[in-house]
Formats: sequence, structure tokens, C-alpha cells
Amino acid sequence: MEKRAHFSGWTLPLLLIVPQMAITLIFFYWPASQAIWQSFLREDAFGLSSEFVGIENYVVLFEQPEYYRAMVTTVIFSTLVAFFSLSVALLLASQADKNLRGGHAFKTLLIWPYAVAPAIAGVLWLFMFHPTLGTLGRPINALGFNWNPMLNGTDAMILLVLSATWKHVSYNFLFFLAGLQAIPKSVIEAGAIDGAGPMRRFWTIIFPLLSPTTFFLLVVTIVYVFFETFGIIDAVTGGGPAGSTTTLVYKVFADGRSGGDLGLSAAQSVILMIIVIALTAIQFRYVERRVQY
Amino acid sequence: MVENRPFRTFMAYLTLIVGVVVVAFPVYLAIMASTFDTATIINGNMPLTPGDQAPENYTRALFYGGKLAREPVSMMMVNSMIMALGIAFGKILISILSAYAVVYFKFPFRKTAFWVIFITLMLPVEVRIYPTYKIVADLGLLDTYTGLIMPLIASATGTLLFRQFFMTVPDELLEASKIDGAGPFRFFKDTLLPLSITTIAALFVIQFIYGWNQYLWPLLITTQSSMQTIVIGIKKMITTTDALTEWQIAMTTAVLAMVPPVLVVIFMQRLFVKGLVETEK
Repeated sequence: MEKRAHFSGWTLPLLLIVPQMAITLIFFYWPASQAIWQSFLREDAFGLSSEFVGIENYVVLFEQPEYYRAMVTTVIFSTLVAFFSLSVALLLASQADKNLRGGHAFKTLLIWPYAVAPAIAGVLWLFMFHPTLGTLGRPINALGFNWNPMLNGTDAMILLVLSATWKHVSYNFLFFLAGLQAIPKSVIEAGAIDGAGPMRRFWTIIFPLLSPTTFFLLVVTIVYVFFETFGIIDAVTGGGPAGSTTTLVYKVFADGRSGGDLGLSAAQSVILMIIVIALTAIQFRYVERRVQY
Repeated sequence: MVENRPFRTFMAYLTLIVGVVVVAFPVYLAIMASTFDTATIINGNMPLTPGDQAPENYTRALFYGGKLAREPVSMMMVNSMIMALGIAFGKILISILSAYAVVYFKFPFRKTAFWVIFITLMLPVEVRIYPTYKIVADLGLLDTYTGLIMPLIASATGTLLFRQFFMTVPDELLEASKIDGAGPFRFFKDTLLPLSITTIAALFVIQFIYGWNQYLWPLLITTQSSMQTIVIGIKKMITTTDALTEWQIAMTTAVLAMVPPVLVVIFMQRLFVKGLVETEK
């Protein structure tokens, strides 16, 4: 796409683009390339000198059992949040799409958690499911379950999944609703005339037509779980208990904070970059082809 | 709906009402907790109807702060507000200018410039935190608003959004302005800017929420408590040793932290939806 008409001259456009370029270069390309470069270096204990060690940092990283553990945690966490937030959002959106009276009010009442910071979402759920004082956590313990997200890794993961899902349903809901409203009513009516009931119409007509939206939301949700849930993890579990909720991003943060190996931390960052670029590239290719069935 | 089935309509209402209740319940609890004293909450039998400690809790949180965070929440809110507004305005300013250059001018390396900006779309600040931290530290920007805001402005969302919008503006407008003798400045100020108001507002809403809710970056670069943002402040109020946690103050702060962005979403819902849908394209 190009404009037919243009202004001539190139001093002015360069001046206009300079602020964005400067900020992008200083705060984006420079640190990103630093991370890549550092991932091939090893610093001595005092950070005074460093030597080029090739892929040694990556080799060391992939020999760490903790790294695999963080990877598995991340996969479990994103799978659960993606599954729950997408299915709940689709359920709610398909109900809200039914031209109900007060439909707009429902929309407003369902989308506002998008505005709540992840860390705060985490704190709200921690308070609600607190083992000794939570309005829901205390009854669970009273019923004889041994619920304690501060001591039990599985419980901590459940709490994280609940709060991350709670926050993200609103986003997926909005996009599903927009997707549903874009489906022509005539297609659904044609299905009805052919004798398909509501469930059959949903699974054979609506759901396939929604597949581009679903795929887009799947990628966005995975990226959300990878990065934005950092706030939830840090505020609720701090990666614990005993590292059971440490995701890949949290590990980069925790390793760097404890003053650990800079090269190792950089290597982790580089791997994360590759993962995000891969996810984004898949998404762009898919969206471009606009595959529907 | 194609056919009218009362039972299915009833189920739809039921599902939505359950959804709304589940969505609202954690926040309702936080609001209730902000109206009780510590003892009531610690006992684990907090009533589900409001108590009478709200004035006390909100005054204490806003003007004195908790025992652990030691900073009045009103100060933290000012910091969050400066950061959120700085990010929103900064991003709008630099991205509308660069989009204008990319769309309305032909200059050497235009395509390259566009791609250099475009790629930043892919990498959130989380994957490059420590190198970015080091650069900000070397520039002497730790514990400053500039340091809080600048690195988060470096992203392509705004530029892409404005580029997309400028592409829909008819070419005839520029041709007409040129015939009228308008230069790049006049055309931008008198024609393009008024047309972009909705897009600007939509981007503002999204970026304000994004900025207000930032967590990792402020956590890293603010060390003085006077620079703390409210989202970070809450985390510091909750300790693993339960006895020290003043839950009523933490929950009061959580409520205060949710008010500005939630109000923005509710009252600017159309702009919010527009911004959200269009920045993600």
C-alpha cells in the first residue's frame, strides 16, 4: 500500500522520525544486541573481564535441571490459562451474542478486569483463597482439604491459573464477541432451515468460522502468560514454594537479581526472544493467509 | 436468534449472571476488606457486608501509608499517574510523527525505517530487562520519571496504528491541500490531526492502562520509596510472614489502584474497544 500523493524533500521526514528511532535504538536494539553478545561471553566473578566462550552458556543452561523445570512450569501454566480463558470467554461471548435485553450492560460488566494490573489481580485472589483468612480459602480447609498455596506447589499453581484466567477472560471475551457479531446471520439461518439445532449450528458453522479469531487469541494468550503474568507470580508466590511456580521469564529475573551469571541470564533472554519471534511470525503468516476452515 | 426458545434464553442469562458474579466477587471482597480493621480480617470471619472502618483505612492509606510500605498511597498514585500519562502522551507524540513521515513522505531508507520500528512489536521489555536496566543506569536515569517512561515508549504499536489510519485517509485531501498551498505543517495541523482525534483518544486509553499497570520495569529501576508506583507498593505491603501484613491497608490500596484504569474502561468503553481491537491487528 502506497499513497499516491506525497510531500517532497527528506530533511523534514528524517527529523520527524528521529525521536522514535533514537528511543528504539537506545532502549531496544542496543539492549537486545547486548543480550545476544553477552550470551556468548563469560565474566569473571568480579565483572572485571570477560572472555568469548561461544555457545558454552547455552550448553550450561540446557544442562540445568531447573531450566527444564521452568520450561515445564511455563508450558503447564500457559496451557491451563489458554484453555480456561478461551473456553470461558467463548461460552460467555456466545451467550452475550444472543440479543438479550441488557446485553450491553453485561458486556461492560465482563470487560473491566482488563484494566486491573496483573499483580493486583494476583493479590485479590490470594486474599480470597488465603488458607487461614480467605473467604473461600478458609472453608476449603475447614472441609478437610489441605489447601495452602504458600506451602504446596500445586495449590500455588492453581491460584496463579485462576487469577491469570480471571484477568484475561475479558480480553478474549471482547474479541470473541466481535468475531461472533461479524458472522452473517443468513449463514446461521440457512443452517436452521436445514434442521440443525443450536448446538449443531455452533459446532459446525459458528466455531469453524471463528477459527481465525480463536487462533489469534491463542497466540496472544500464550504471549500474555509468558510475560504479563510476571506481576501475578511475583506478587503471589515469588516463584515458590521451592521454585514450583518459576516460569522462564521469572527465572531470568530471579537469576539476574541474585547477582548470578550474566552470560547465563543473557542466554535465557535470547531463548525467550526466539520463542516470541517464532510465535509472532506464526501468527502473522496465519493471519495473512486468512485460513478459515 | 433464529428461533425463540425460552429455556435457552434463561440459560444465557444464568450463564452471564454467573460470569458477572465470578468476575466481580474478588473485587467485592477487596472493597469489603477495606472497611474493616486488621483483627476482623485476621480472624478469618470477615462479614460480607461493609464495616465502619472505611474512613479510617482510606485516610491512613492515602496520607500515611502502611507499616511496611511507609509511603503514603497518594504519593504512589501521583507517581503512577505521571508514569501512565508520560507513556501515553510520549508514545502518541513520537508515533504520530514517525507514522506521518513514513506515510506522507518519500525519503531514502523509508522502508528500512519502517521495518526497524516494526520489529520492536515482537519483543516485550521483559526479555531484555537487564541490558536495558544497565543502559538506564549508565545514563543516570535510575529513580527518575524519565527512566521509568522512556524504555516503555520504545514500541511499534502506536506507529502501526497511525500508519493504518493514515492509509485510510483519502489521497484527495492531500492533493486539495497542496493546491491550496498548504505545506507539510499546515496539512498535518489543519487536516490530518483533526481527523485523527478518535484514533489518538483510543490509543491514549490503551496506553494509559498499560502504563498504570506496569510492574517489572518500575520494580527494577525504582529504589527510593518516594518513586514507588502503586502497583509495586501493594506487593510490598504483603509479606510472607502473615502477622505483619495489614490486609485492610493492602486491600484499600488495591481498591485505590484499580479505580483510575477501571473508570477509564467503563466511561470510555467505545474508545477502549476501538483501541484494543485496532492495536492488535
